[in-house]
Amino acid sequence: METPDQICHRLLARFPSAEISVLQNPGPAAQHSLLVGPASVREVAEFLRDDPLLRLDFCSNVTGVDWPDKVVVDVTKSTVPDPAGGPPKVTEQKTEHTQPGYLEVVYHLYSVALRHGPVIIRTRTANRTDAVTLPSLTPVWRAAEFQEREVFDLFGVVFSGHPDLRRILMWDGYKDHPMRRDYVEPEDYEWEPTPHGDLVDKSKRAHAPKPAGGPTP
Amino acid sequence: MSLTGDSPLFPSGGAHVRAVNDEFHGDLLEVSMGPHHPSTHGVFRMIVTLDGERIVKLKPVLGYLHRNHEKIGEGTSYLASMPYTDRLDYLNAMTNNWAYALSVERLGGLAVPERAEYLRIILAELSRLQNHVCLAGFLLQDTGASGTPLMYAFRERETILDLFESLSGSRMMCNYQRFGGCRVDASPEWLGQVSTLVDGFGAFLDEFEQLITGNEILMSRTQGIGVLKAADAVAAGITGPLLRAAGVGYDIRKVDGYGLYNRFNFRVPLGAHGDTYDRYMVRILEMRESITILQQALRDIPTGPIMDPKAKLRGFRPKPGESYGRIEGPKGEIGFYLISDGSANPYRYRVRPPSFVNLTVLEDLCLGHTIADSVVILGSIDIVLGEVDR
Repeated sequence: METPDQICHRLLARFPSAEISVLQNPGPAAQHSLLVGPASVREVAEFLRDDPLLRLDFCSNVTGVDWPDKVVVDVTKSTVPDPAGGPPKVTEQKTEHTQPGYLEVVYHLYSVALRHGPVIIRTRTANRTDAVTLPSLTPVWRAAEFQEREVFDLFGVVFSGHPDLRRILMWDGYKDHPMRRDYVEPEDYEWEPTPHGDLVDKSKRAHAPKPAGGPTP
Repeated sequence: MSLTGDSPLFPSGGAHVRAVNDEFHGDLLEVSMGPHHPSTHGVFRMIVTLDGERIVKLKPVLGYLHRNHEKIGEGTSYLASMPYTDRLDYLNAMTNNWAYALSVERLGGLAVPERAEYLRIILAELSRLQNHVCLAGFLLQDTGASGTPLMYAFRERETILDLFESLSGSRMMCNYQRFGGCRVDASPEWLGQVSTLVDGFGAFLDEFEQLITGNEILMSRTQGIGVLKAADAVAAGITGPLLRAAGVGYDIRKVDGYGLYNRFNFRVPLGAHGDTYDRYMVRILEMRESITILQQALRDIPTGPIMDPKAKLRGFRPKPGESYGRIEGPKGEIGFYLISDGSANPYRYRVRPPSFVNLTVLEDLCLGHTIADSVVILGSIDIVLGEVDR
């Protein structure tokens, strides 16, 4: 089978405006992947499926990965000459900037017809909050139907063009996305508003342990 | 935190099935089969819309056993996830362990000694035997052959589970494979017991087939029911006996040749019609092939170490990278996708469960058949909810 670099080269020749690059896997598994921009992932997927050399007709695994915002510290060194004639001073200036996070969807593709694989394609959302829409690949490989629903359910990636995008493992009406890195478990999964909720809160406050060092009754 | 209300991410309410009688539709009937129904093999629900007795729509509802296995896997070390993989497909702990071990071995670049590879193959094929024999028993039970075939199947399954217990300490939750090998070595007596079992298993299959395979009721309940076409099966990502019953010769043991399967001589049985009967027969034939694999493995198993000396189980920190490892489990392709960031816990731990993906075609297989057939079709898909819901 062609290497990811060769596939990437051919894809760029076919779709010159697409954003496609090879993402190296530094580990011993050396399964490198193709990073495809969301605008062209659909046509790239159709090409991979129909191309006679690849014929990746079997989409085995679809999954999401959450990459939260990362704080990166840039250190800039500058040398200031000492006016007294001593050795120049090296000062370090640290600036922090936030690298915006994103949600990533990974597809592992194999070919049943030609018995090779995997070719891994991944695509990323713009951020983790409001621009989380990616094109669905279920019209290309139906195998993605349930798995994309799972990614939508657990990661909150919205797949446009999915025929039946609903939660699949969590229940309808659930608000959060549990596989995100910053997910906080609710105290009580079955919480429902009740008429005496205010009273319960008041009683909790009354019985809360007093802070140490305060006035003793 | 409130769990109700609208979110921009999904439509309000998110109702699964439109109420059928919102207009005057005639006499379509919506039946909720499950979550507690003996035919669903666990806690699983099908919302079935019926026209008379014929199914016009079927929507599976999952997630009753969801405990977010993947999130738990990301919070523990690599080794600590191993016993937890037993609980995915709780009939096939051995193959789940192997798929996970394979993926971690690729992630960490570990080698597996030859004896351990042979032991893995022996245990995986024993696991396949007991899974398929269970499936056959359950499927016949679903068609109405009450009791006898299931009891025959379970009698045989129990002898295999006894072997698992004497080797690993547990019948079903084996926790046996390790990255770079296996946990305990098999004694010559144990291998002798396996050999005795394998020699007698063919006779059991003959007896079982004589009992039921040519049965007229079984044939009329399963032949032509739930036909899956080869092209649909490949497109929907179906793997395992379902795919091969549809006539597609795709067996990961042959395609990837993981472990030492390249050394073994065995055939891949294929179905011709893709119906429920083919799915039953493919499993019977796969058991016969597993017997030949087991005979070859028991004949050729070498002596030697069972663990890679470089493997470090506790405090295992693979270099940053990712890996996807998959094997041919008894139910289909079971894969593990791992991302390491260099720490002791995986950054991402993903299970690709075969039963979950195989359920994609449940509605297609059931459309136009009677509600009684849906029970048999679901039985022939062979799901385990521990793995579907994770």
